[in-house]
Amino acid sequence: MTLLITVFAAIFATLIWYKNTPDNSMRYGTLALMYWGASIMWFVDAIFEYAELGAEFFTPEAADMLNDAYLGLCVVALGLIIWMITLFIKDPKGVIKKALLKKGA
Amino acid sequence: MACFLVPGTEAIVTTIVTAVVKHKEKKHLKEANIETKDISEKIGTNFSTKLGWLNKMLWGGSALLAFEHVWHGEVIPVFPFLTAIRDGEAAGMLHEIGTAGVTMAVLVTAAWAGMVAVSSIIEKRQAQNEDTKEVKA
Repeated sequence: MTLLITVFAAIFATLIWYKNTPDNSMRYGTLALMYWGASIMWFVDAIFEYAELGAEFFTPEAADMLNDAYLGLCVVALGLIIWMITLFIKDPKGVIKKALLKKGA
Repeated sequence: MACFLVPGTEAIVTTIVTAVVKHKEKKHLKEANIETKDISEKIGTNFSTKLGWLNKMLWGGSALLAFEHVWHGEVIPVFPFLTAIRDGEAAGMLHEIGTAGVTMAVLVTAAWAGMVAVSSIIEKRQAQNEDTKEVKA
């Protein structure tokens, strides 16, 4: 479930990046790459789990699924927070800088 | 248990490599008198930018995976930080690092290599098309 939610987040972020290219000011590419990296890693995790559990891997308990879905949503939120922080630090549009200078003046 | 440590370590190495490559590229561009803004038009996406894609995948993936380990109680905020070490399951942890962790790092790097290969092909075709246009003109 965590893998599935992260893959959907990666696809969604990639589509947003594609729609906005070549304008890179919002760094959607960074968000997409982060989610794709995590998706690949969880995919490997899933393969190893499948090798261990076999067909049982595809029939998880409802409680486990719910916990994994909750984790998946938290992971997506954390990814967005990391992306937002890097965006604010790099501040490609100079919005933060302008706001701070305005306040200082 | 601690599989995210392998891509995390690779991320540290690739970040250092990126910084070195970026520095060298800047030096070469300065010598060749090319403005940084014109790079993508003249020589395509530079290698440090392509390495940046790998960094983002590795750092992002490791960070999110580390969070998952915290969620499952495998990483703790006190020494020795990994419950596998605290509970004397270091052998199992090392086995997971050697299998799942290494596969994760290899697969992410392979995906990045694929991206680099595709972008290089696109850039080459673009350059060939422009050459043909110039010859026709």
